[in-house]
Amino acid sequence: MSAALIIDIILWGSVAAVGFVAFRRGPTVLKVSLREGTMDFINIVPRIALGVIGSGYIAAVIPQEIITGWLGPDSGWLGVLTATIAGAATPGGPVIGFSIGAVAMKAGGGPPQVIAYVIAWALFAFQRLLLWEIPFMPARFVWFRAAVSLPFPFLAAAIAMAIGKP
Amino acid sequence: MSELPLKDPAPADDVAEGEPRPGHIRKPVGWSMIVIAVLVAVSAALVWRRDGINGVTEILTHDLSLFGGILPRVLAGCLLGAFIAEVLPHEKVSRSLGPKSGLKGLLIGAAFGAILPGGPFTAYPVASALLAVGADFGATIAMVVSWTLIGYGRAIAWELPIMGTEFTLWRIVISLPLPVLAGALGRFVYVRLYPKGAPE
Repeated sequence: MSAALIIDIILWGSVAAVGFVAFRRGPTVLKVSLREGTMDFINIVPRIALGVIGSGYIAAVIPQEIITGWLGPDSGWLGVLTATIAGAATPGGPVIGFSIGAVAMKAGGGPPQVIAYVIAWALFAFQRLLLWEIPFMPARFVWFRAAVSLPFPFLAAAIAMAIGKP
Repeated sequence: MSELPLKDPAPADDVAEGEPRPGHIRKPVGWSMIVIAVLVAVSAALVWRRDGINGVTEILTHDLSLFGGILPRVLAGCLLGAFIAEVLPHEKVSRSLGPKSGLKGLLIGAAFGAILPGGPFTAYPVASALLAVGADFGATIAMVVSWTLIGYGRAIAWELPIMGTEFTLWRIVISLPLPVLAGALGRFVYVRLYPKGAPE
């Protein structure tokens, strides 16, 4: 069984479980929340469509080699800084993000720098902020969260340097 | 849609719960959508100039199939968010995840983010629902950061196969303290930015 299928099962299982709790509160609660969820879905679909269908073009014009080049070989704190910027600038989904990390690792990038890259990408890759987070969340929250996340790729790199892993 | 009643959806049942449903945060098409649209248009034009019309349609078909695959999950995420907003008792949420929930609130938020199933299509609707029912920025930041750094979904599906087991496990170990720290930093900054509570 593929990981994606397992995740889908857990996801829809959770929907069914919470939906059942809503139903136990009364059919009206279920009906109201079903309608709210459907309306959210209808409102969000055009934005997701623009994001997902458009992201291929953004990824195509930012060549991966440029970002891999930024990660470079082991380069201390300057390398951590460029890795963090590269993580934020990486377009596309998890395949691209992790593949660049793996390539940088093989090309001699230092583990703390690659850790900083992966964590920066996970925390505030600009494309995910714009395409996924902004449509669902209040914009004020998204920018605030991204701003307070800024120190953490550096902290993670510092921890990686201190413990000498991975 | 036609089978839905046309009357106002704030029925007596809700009031009987003693908690009026909070309004969902719906933003009109704002500047961020315009930025994305411009970015996409410019990128598509560059692809067209570089690879011709074939390059444009190739990416379009690939992304369309990706979009079709994601749609059901987006629906699942929206339903999950709506159910959670409806089912969670607001007083309890604001007590355990609100501005005065302390370290415990950040830990609960982080734990919730770590076990949440699905991808961005679940995490963000649910986080938005938490904000709507009384969680503060700090606890919600802990949740989102925990989902993104410790959540198992992306790690199992993508990071393990591409980055390898050793890197992934150490990366997660190093990430363990970050959600609570991010949430704490969020609270620390928030009360100084908005000493009189949230604007609006």
